[in-house]
Amino acid sequence: MASHGGKNNVLPGFTPSLGCTVLYLSIIVLIPLSSLFFKTATLTWDEFVAAVTAPRVVASYRVTFGSSLAAALVNAFFGVLVAWVLVRYRFPGKRLVDALVDLPFALPTAVAGITLASIYSPNGWLGRYLEPHGIKVAFTPLGIVVAMVFIGLPFVVRTVQPVLEELDRELEEAASCLGASRWQTFYRIIFPSMLPAILTGFALAFARAAGEYGSVIFIAGNMPKVSEITPLLIITKLEQYDYAGATAIASLMLVVSFLLLLSINLLQKWSRRFAE
Amino acid sequence: MSITIENLSKNFGNFAALSDVNLEVPSGELVALLGPSGSGKTSLLRIIAGLEHPDRGTVLFNGQEATRRQVKQRKVGFVFQHYALFRHMTVFDNIAFGLTVKAKAERPGKAEIRDKVARLLKLIQLEQLAGRYPGQLSGGQRQRVALARALAVEPEVLLLDEPFGALDAKVRLELRRWLRRLHDEIHVTSVFVTHDQEEALEVADRIVVMNKGRIEQEGTPSEVYDHPATPFVFDFLGSVNLFRGRVHAGTAQMGGLRVHSPEHATADDAPAIGYVRAHDITIERVPGEGGAVSAEVSHLLSVGPLVRVELRIAGGDTWEANLPREEADRLQLAVGEKVFARPRKMRVFVEDYQI
Repeated sequence: MASHGGKNNVLPGFTPSLGCTVLYLSIIVLIPLSSLFFKTATLTWDEFVAAVTAPRVVASYRVTFGSSLAAALVNAFFGVLVAWVLVRYRFPGKRLVDALVDLPFALPTAVAGITLASIYSPNGWLGRYLEPHGIKVAFTPLGIVVAMVFIGLPFVVRTVQPVLEELDRELEEAASCLGASRWQTFYRIIFPSMLPAILTGFALAFARAAGEYGSVIFIAGNMPKVSEITPLLIITKLEQYDYAGATAIASLMLVVSFLLLLSINLLQKWSRRFAE
Repeated sequence: MSITIENLSKNFGNFAALSDVNLEVPSGELVALLGPSGSGKTSLLRIIAGLEHPDRGTVLFNGQEATRRQVKQRKVGFVFQHYALFRHMTVFDNIAFGLTVKAKAERPGKAEIRDKVARLLKLIQLEQLAGRYPGQLSGGQRQRVALARALAVEPEVLLLDEPFGALDAKVRLELRRWLRRLHDEIHVTSVFVTHDQEEALEVADRIVVMNKGRIEQEGTPSEVYDHPATPFVFDFLGSVNLFRGRVHAGTAQMGGLRVHSPEHATADDAPAIGYVRAHDITIERVPGEGGAVSAEVSHLLSVGPLVRVELRIAGGDTWEANLPREEADRLQLAVGEKVFARPRKMRVFVEDYQI
């Protein structure tokens, strides 16, 4: 293993670089996360099970992961569209639109939450047009999805964009010479080439949404069992000095998120099987 | 299917890629579009394929107007320089692609597709690699897959854009001979673009020499090589020596050389340029029958079966001569020696011929 590239490697020293990586990851990720599990371990098994399976907690998983999944799907679809438009067309203000995509990264999440809540509230800019049609966004589970879509937007765009830019035009020309229609060219040639990037963007948007707290709590309404997200429950428990209970839920969330990300990674690997 | 090009012009901004091109590609022939980069050969090929649209002029397939036909309706097979294989598909799926995208009514059944792909794989001698991805193949193998993919839909015209350009020398040589044999078997009208004169001379039935968006000459390889119509063609096909002088009443005076030039019998002391191919120069130890000039060997270089000799002529000119190895061995040349050089064949163009 150590000879991966061996003496011909650009960066010298497999041992020091791996050492640095492990140390860095330990300090930044592993140690904080393991302390979470140690704290959880102060509970007995029965206490743990009781803490993570309380009806209110289980409902919050559904809200969090369900909304995250929905938001990531929306982002996957529209992210691809935005990336496509940014790569394939020239139009005035393109640079501006390109820069706009990153804004959700930069904005404090609380600001995003308050803004979204106010424009989607029944008398807000958008809310007042939705209200008469019976669509309530602010202070409902739908609001959670809206906030999660907002904060997850850049991920799919930024992962798909470079792949689309690199995509050889000749592939499309070859497909049309072989008699493929535009739609066939898209779903048989272009889409499979983008798929690994879409999956990566999807996973990132999903993970970000599942962990999101700031923007969601302002728009969610936070009704127990309906629109209460798991991170909020954790905060609530912390405020009640129930540290072990909070870490128990956090540990479970961590494991679920990890498993979901792992399966997306495997899916992504499968979608790139040709590159081996 | 025959291809007819009439008065075709294409501009990219201010750059005239093609100006008023007329060309006839007879059915079943293998034609090379030969020219330097920027000569418009690739644009012409892409217009025939329908990947590019001309500003003026028409493209006819079998005498039928096809200028406005969609790419997918043209029944052309196109082979790209960089293969353009679908990297997420196996070799099998790549070759089958054109068959699987056909409308349901015309689409062959699964078994039929399998048979056809198997036949094509046999044709390109890659039966073992059907399950591989393009990334696992060598350049030569990829280009053969690209060719099989293009042939799978039974195109009426096969268009190849510098098909061997990205391959190394030995593979290129093998593949072009293979292409020639393949064409002799299947006889599909084919046009290929190349900047390699040797490739064009070896493979094509007819060569179309292009320069600056125009056709300079068109003909069989031997016509083009032995009777170049313009100085450009002469210059482009093989290394040449250039002589400046004057031509008067059928005789050209080029430096110390007098050359009989009957095609310019009516020329009246006109400035002229003479071209002599490097292998049309004889080197002797003794001044032979007239026309030899004394020269000094200034450089010697063996290139495979040839020896390239650079000669410095009295008066400051430099000639390049290519001798077969045995000839060079017989003469036992060494740098700095005095010899006599004689052009065996010179082609004279009156100067105002060149713009």
